[in-house]
Amino acid sequence: MELVRKLKIRNNLGIHARAAAKIVELANRYRSTLFIKKGDQEVDGGSILSILTLSCPMGTEVQARIVGEDSENFMRELSRLFEQKFGEGR
Amino acid sequence: MIDQTFAVKKTIKGIAVSPGIIIGKARLVDRSRVKILYQYLITGDQLNRQVERFKEAIRATEEQLTMLKKRMPEQVNQHGFILDSCLMMLKDSMLNEATIQKILNEKINAEWALKKSLEEIRKVFELIDDEYISTRINDVENVTEKILRNLSGEEHESLAEINERVIIVAHDLSPADTTELNINMVMGFITDVGGRTSHTAIMAQALEIPAVVGLETATDFVADGDLLIVDGNTGDVIINPDDSDIIHYQEKQLQHEEYKSSIARKSHLPAITLDGRRIAVKGNIEFLEEVAAVKENGGDGIGLFRTEFLYLKSKGLPSEEELFQDYREMAEIISPDPVTIRTLDLGGDKFASDLEIAREMNPALGLRAIRFCLKEPKIFKSQLRAILRASIYGKVQLMFPMISGLQEILDAKEIVAEVKDELDSKKIEYDRDIAMGIMIEVPSAVTMAEVLAQHVDFFSIGTNDLIQYGLAIDRINEHVAYMYQPFHPAILRMIRHVVNAAKDAGIGVSLCGEMAGDPLCVAVLLGLGIEELSMNARAIPLVKKIIRSISVEEARAEFEKVMRLHTADEVRAHISDQMKRLVPELEEKGYLDA
Repeated sequence: MELVRKLKIRNNLGIHARAAAKIVELANRYRSTLFIKKGDQEVDGGSILSILTLSCPMGTEVQARIVGEDSENFMRELSRLFEQKFGEGR
Repeated sequence: MIDQTFAVKKTIKGIAVSPGIIIGKARLVDRSRVKILYQYLITGDQLNRQVERFKEAIRATEEQLTMLKKRMPEQVNQHGFILDSCLMMLKDSMLNEATIQKILNEKINAEWALKKSLEEIRKVFELIDDEYISTRINDVENVTEKILRNLSGEEHESLAEINERVIIVAHDLSPADTTELNINMVMGFITDVGGRTSHTAIMAQALEIPAVVGLETATDFVADGDLLIVDGNTGDVIINPDDSDIIHYQEKQLQHEEYKSSIARKSHLPAITLDGRRIAVKGNIEFLEEVAAVKENGGDGIGLFRTEFLYLKSKGLPSEEELFQDYREMAEIISPDPVTIRTLDLGGDKFASDLEIAREMNPALGLRAIRFCLKEPKIFKSQLRAILRASIYGKVQLMFPMISGLQEILDAKEIVAEVKDELDSKKIEYDRDIAMGIMIEVPSAVTMAEVLAQHVDFFSIGTNDLIQYGLAIDRINEHVAYMYQPFHPAILRMIRHVVNAAKDAGIGVSLCGEMAGDPLCVAVLLGLGIEELSMNARAIPLVKKIIRSISVEEARAEFEKVMRLHTADEVRAHISDQMKRLVPELEEKGYLDA
């Protein structure tokens, strides 16, 4: 099944390499496929390079789209990651 | 002729660093990092094999990165994170799948496909405003390089395997690249980066083959197998020339050869100025084989024997015996003329594998040359013993590189004294009066020249490094290479200071940088009071010819005028005019490029 949710980037640095790595790490744990969209550009959420090229500073709103059987759990974890500011606490 | 329908003619201009004209086929080598071979493949089997090679290289890289990560102490987990993102990049679709698709769709080898993927990623990253993120391209480059290294572990064509006469086209060439070169097959070099004193230039001059550097975009425009005309006199490179170009350049080629041989006919005569001053014109060499070229070109000895080659050639250290045989042969062949042997001028990193020693941020300012030798007395002593033992077979002089102050001289001399004692106790003969001198190439040595002159037998001014250190510019860095200015008034003042200090102390002073062999510099150097020059063998005949058309007294008066000029451009223009007046044909033949 397919889930779509809007997520806001709350950490100071935005989605830099370490945050992108965390997203990919998460994506690798699920069977479902993640796509991240900013504006009209949608990229493979399993590709650290693609995520970086989206260039998302703090305050950016992106759209996460997850397709596959475990999309619900995946989306829950992903939302948590964004809310927790990728574990950066700032 | 090459297939005319696809060959587009293009002319690019760079810096001419080694004269001569050649017409030949291009061999593209990507030496900027790992060497890459570009290949089109035909059959599906070949392509599948490339895909397998690529996957295997990815696996190997993954293993290496994982190992690195395991060995990383916890305190530096920030680096651990970088390795994590590198591991992710290995599997990233933009790098991994994209490359496999390129192999299959474009029918090219794995290295080329990977390179193309990298370039695509680079383009995307260049568009990113956020500097923090856009610089992550460095990580992608590092990962790519690691994969390329693993790819090159097999089916890797080295420069040594080139089996037809070609013109080497590269981004840059390192000393390590050129040590494995099959010299007989190389007609000339063209490179994107580099300047008059880059390694490529020095190498080409030593080999007496044409070279043009600093072309910036040569590797973008030249395809493997393209027909090239390289004019090492003017810096012009024509890619895919038409028939009239070829005819025109064949004529120029002939003229150049004739001019060269007309100069060469007199190269055996001594270089005596119009007012009767004899100037010693010697050769700089790196390999024993080059002695012949120095003799053929009429050199008055070897002013600089660089001893690094034997250390670079093999993985381990050369034995004392190996060094001794090399130095002994050198001394014998050049005798009765002298040879000045410079002790090891390498960085410590050359002696340890990459993993053992952290790469220095700034190797030019790091642990190298005399600093390294004083820290590793075993390695130093082995070389000193070899030099001293060879000293009875000819006229040998000993020279220490990169001296920055008196303490290093005292320390080095103490080690020499120890070695002499050891030889005495074993009753091994050596020249007891062997002259000991130093390279002047560090600004602090210039400042202290009066003091240093009291402790050594001669100075040799190494202008290449002196310019780099004195003007604080890295001549390999294409963004600042234009600031590498031998005619910078500060450089001329430094040289003057050193020459005066040497003369006051009554010791010899020579100049052995690239300036010595630059036709444009001869009058200035004579005006400075230098009486010994050492250069690449190829440059000797022309420099001798120029010396014969100059009077030292006049050059001195002219130099006083030069010292009143305050920018490098003014100095260069002035000297260029002067040289055109003194030796008019230099300009016509493309030896002056001011």
